[in-house]
Amino acid sequence: MSIPLALTVNGKAVKADIDPRLLLADFLRTTLGLTGTHIGCDTAQCGACTIHLDGRAIKSCNVLALQAQGADVVTIEGLAESDGTMHPMQAAFKECHGLQCGFCTTGMVMSAIDLVARHPNADEKTIREELEGNLCRCTGYHNIVKAVQQGAAAMAK
Amino acid sequence: MGAIESGFIGQSVRRKEDARFLLGAGQYTDDVTLPNQTHAYFLRSPHAHAKIRGIDTGKAKKAPGVIAVYTSADLEGVNGLPCGWLITDVDGTPMKEPPHPVLAKGKARYVGDHVALVIAETQNQAKDAAELIDVDYEVLPAVVNVVDALKPGAPQIHDEAPGNKCYTWAIGDKSAVDAAFAKAAHVTKLDIVNNRLVPNAIEPRAAVATYSRADDSYTLYVANQNPHVERLLMTAFVLGLPEHKVRVIAPDVGGGFGSKIYLYAEETAMVWASKRVNRPIKWAAERSESFLSDAHGRDHVTHAELALDKDGKFLALRVHTTANMGAYLSTFASCIPTILYATLLAGQYTTPVVYCEVTAAFTNTAPVDAYRGAGRPEATYVIERIVHQAGAEMGIPQDEIRRRNFIRTFPYQTPVALLYDTGGYDACLDEAMRIADVKGFAARKSDAAKRGKLRGLGYAAYIEACGIAPSNVAGSLGARAGLFEAGEVRVHPTGSVTVFTGSHSHGQGHETTFAQVVATRLGIPIENVDVVHGDTGRVLFGMGTYGSRSLAVGGTAIVKALDKVIAKGKKIAAHLLEAAESDIEFKDGKFTVAGTDRSKAFGEISLAAYVPHNYPLDKLEPGLNETAFYDPTNFTFPAGTHICEVEVDPDTGVVSIVSFSACDDFGNIINPMIVEGQVHGGLCQGIGQAMLEHCIYDSESGQLLTGSLMDYALPRADDVPSFKVETKVTPCTHNPLGAKGCGEAGAIGSPPALMNAVMDALSSVGVTHLDMPASPHRVWQAIQSARA
Amino acid sequence: MYTFEYQLPKTLADAAKALASTGGKPLAGGQSLVAAMKLRLAQPGTLVDLRGISELAGIRKEGDALVIGAMTRHADVANSAVVKGAIPALAVLADGIGDRQVRNMGTLGGSIANNDPAADWPAAVVACNATVQTNKRKIAAGDFFKGMYETALGADEIITAVSFPIPKKAAYAKFPNPASRFALVGVFVAQLADGSVRAAVTGAAPAVFRAAPIETALAKSFTPDAAKAVKVDAKGLNNDLHGSAAYRAHLVSVMAGRAVAAAG
Repeated sequence: MSIPLALTVNGKAVKADIDPRLLLADFLRTTLGLTGTHIGCDTAQCGACTIHLDGRAIKSCNVLALQAQGADVVTIEGLAESDGTMHPMQAAFKECHGLQCGFCTTGMVMSAIDLVARHPNADEKTIREELEGNLCRCTGYHNIVKAVQQGAAAMAK
Repeated sequence: MGAIESGFIGQSVRRKEDARFLLGAGQYTDDVTLPNQTHAYFLRSPHAHAKIRGIDTGKAKKAPGVIAVYTSADLEGVNGLPCGWLITDVDGTPMKEPPHPVLAKGKARYVGDHVALVIAETQNQAKDAAELIDVDYEVLPAVVNVVDALKPGAPQIHDEAPGNKCYTWAIGDKSAVDAAFAKAAHVTKLDIVNNRLVPNAIEPRAAVATYSRADDSYTLYVANQNPHVERLLMTAFVLGLPEHKVRVIAPDVGGGFGSKIYLYAEETAMVWASKRVNRPIKWAAERSESFLSDAHGRDHVTHAELALDKDGKFLALRVHTTANMGAYLSTFASCIPTILYATLLAGQYTTPVVYCEVTAAFTNTAPVDAYRGAGRPEATYVIERIVHQAGAEMGIPQDEIRRRNFIRTFPYQTPVALLYDTGGYDACLDEAMRIADVKGFAARKSDAAKRGKLRGLGYAAYIEACGIAPSNVAGSLGARAGLFEAGEVRVHPTGSVTVFTGSHSHGQGHETTFAQVVATRLGIPIENVDVVHGDTGRVLFGMGTYGSRSLAVGGTAIVKALDKVIAKGKKIAAHLLEAAESDIEFKDGKFTVAGTDRSKAFGEISLAAYVPHNYPLDKLEPGLNETAFYDPTNFTFPAGTHICEVEVDPDTGVVSIVSFSACDDFGNIINPMIVEGQVHGGLCQGIGQAMLEHCIYDSESGQLLTGSLMDYALPRADDVPSFKVETKVTPCTHNPLGAKGCGEAGAIGSPPALMNAVMDALSSVGVTHLDMPASPHRVWQAIQSARA
Repeated sequence: MYTFEYQLPKTLADAAKALASTGGKPLAGGQSLVAAMKLRLAQPGTLVDLRGISELAGIRKEGDALVIGAMTRHADVANSAVVKGAIPALAVLADGIGDRQVRNMGTLGGSIANNDPAADWPAAVVACNATVQTNKRKIAAGDFFKGMYETALGADEIITAVSFPIPKKAAYAKFPNPASRFALVGVFVAQLADGSVRAAVTGAAPAVFRAAPIETALAKSFTPDAAKAVKVDAKGLNNDLHGSAAYRAHLVSVMAGRAVAAAG
């Protein structure tokens, strides 16, 4: 059985007929070729697949593509400006060395932007608690926390 | 030591690789999609130990979308996976090396052992078909605990390894140690377990294998830390393919921590199958597969005894360790609890005699191999826990007992084979104590006590041996591979540079650090330097990245190639400037005739090399492209002191890290930002081991109980504090960069620092024994037992 | 994942019809169900996605009760001024479920219909003596949760809302499993409008339960010390690699005490 799916991804209308089993993460990665969204686990713990669904961070590997029917999806590929200028949060991750292998990074940045939208002046404790849904095995989180703080300040400008 | 001009050295240059990662444009193995691609799924044993009486793949082969189903019976002429290090038993015989079949043959020996490979049009179809494979198992009793495996009557896992023993190995002077114990004023005894870990790089292992009939060649994309080693092992030892017909590409790799060093069954079977199905095959592990089949880490059971004189001076150390190898020997499994462990047991101390005996055994668990630190965290854990306990028993302050025993003259020959070239242990201890505000601890402790909390302070003064070398010595100790590194510096006609390195970056930032070295040496903008790694089709050779070796070994290979580039550049410049070669100086990107203002820029020389019109063609080849292989003369010895302060809630057993301070000596540092990042990450992994992570198999069924992130706790952002990190420098004496390596230190020092802090905190309630991880449950139980 | 049919009804009646005719399973936020399907641990023949039924979401006060629509997401409960005003403990509880991303998808109805033994919501529903409203009937909290992953719901019965009578005081204290962050032990303590005290425990046993000795102690003295002093019987509590029954029993008292302290 294949079902028509229509939604907006990074500002562009997208349509496809899909197997209902298709996860949103796989739809983005395989159907659309947006491989910046990563899959790091199978129990919705690691958060590497985090994207924004109607403005909220969600784990796209734990959501059926059909659950995004009619929705507005933003992925890591949709953050930078068309000339390649990074979103302030992306720039802050680079400036603060908030990434190493890069695999968790895209989900981490998507979570960070969602976090700052809700807590523009988050302190370290809040940032650490709010990043509970994203695992990083490289950085020890130290520089991620710094990056989120710096990114928040830049986003406020 | 060669002079390194300052330039970009020591600068926290922001990383060149970051843009692609941050924009979502990285290319990891699972991002590779080839035309006409198929999907692989591995049917794995649900039993820890079972005879395979038969496998019926008939139904599976007829299932929708299925292209092929293979079992061990199909792998005619395919050898087992090799082990890269031969350890010789104390009785003079070689270690027991039972076959490690690519697909289980006759028996499955752990839950997750590969039984069949299904290739189908889609992943779902491959999985559906795998459910139709009928495996006739005769379930056998299993043993998962390494001590149990060595007991008489334990289930026998391999016919080739009676009693499940792989080897017993020893180092040190036993009789001298015994004599020292006989006259000791005090003996401290310690029984500890180094908990088994699952590496859990956030990118699961993945591979895409493809075969080309056009030239009978194979290409393998694989999440791997050392593609040349992967290719060598796969072609020469297992598949019998010509090495030049196989290209291995390890593209962006999402973390390794050791787990992606090894040659695994999955990619080996896929390369073999890619020719049979004549289509690309893709496989990406699900996290639950990673738990089952990635090589695990640690899993030691140790008894240690430290002899001291009345002043707390160490007289001798005696250690017995039992090490779990898992069901089969993984690529470097055998050298981890021996060569990389027991040789570190002198630590930072002048202990005159050390004896260590290690027995390695097979169990019905996933293979165990190097995991961040690989042997050295286990050694440091033994030393630093026993030193802590000795200090506590003898009433000697923790800094003082260490100071009384520090090595202070270098080079220093330890009683366990290593020759430390340099170090400065007091400086790191002093600095760590300063940033940890040890002076204020007593006040903080009494303040915590008022709130009903228990505070503790723990020290760990670690040393590690990095950049394992030289190859001939390693070879005499059983290594079956070289331990050099290769580098190539390709100067383009316009003066920009592409560097090819055998080191592999999977988070370490080589593209930046190595570019800093090259740009500084050549006096060119860093933007003009790109670093290529991870592709046997582009890089000349490489031993890859493990053991914190990349800068000290791989970086030095590049420096050696740069020396050749500059030497040739001088010859070209001498010709162009009509001067003697010996009069040419190279500085800040310019070749100058000494004492004059006559010079040629680096770009002018490179252009002349590729447009050799005015060029000494009779004496010099055109072009400017140099390679170098570097085989170090010794290990490097990073060292430092880590201090952890914890607060324990006796009501719940929760341990909170109040602060974590580390002062490390990594030798010269090229990029402090990257080095600090490595330390942060290492600390977090070590804290994970000490507080959260524990791989547990059921002792009866052999099932993996911690088979997902729902049951195996990885550190999250709110489990760890911000870290206080400082460095001190004693440059390595035997490589031109003076670099020692920084990748593993954090994971080595932090477990004992944290556990010593917990022991310190719990001493007031009478707790004398606790193994990692110091989970709330275990801490609470320890408190209850002590109170009972 | 095994194959399944997918339906997206627009009304409650259509959803019920779809469930009745297919024997399928309702899909709310999917944070447990999709995860189980991925691991091939759940195999519904048909998924009836409830997201198109607008009447299932929303938060409102009805007299002395707070009514939360079944499809209301945890994050919306956590952020709701209405919830914070009426029963702030529910906002705190919702804000501690899973992680941010899970809270942005997962729903109250989905959580209690799943009745995971370590889920947070069942503790609140039981302790507040809430009523579960379905397309067919109203079910008292005490009758709703039947055992591990079992509820009183019929095959084509859909939770529409949960009505929480507003207690005098309430708070939830959770001790998370270090790995999953589900409750190793979670205790929801409520002093109801009639003055009676309820203490519902999740995570500690195969299903949510009321801790009678703690309720008795708190009825006498609604203080943290009173709760903490209770020795909870470990019999019947979960005993696994994350915590022994004795540890869980101990944590029930400790968390009850902390909940009482938070309830003020």
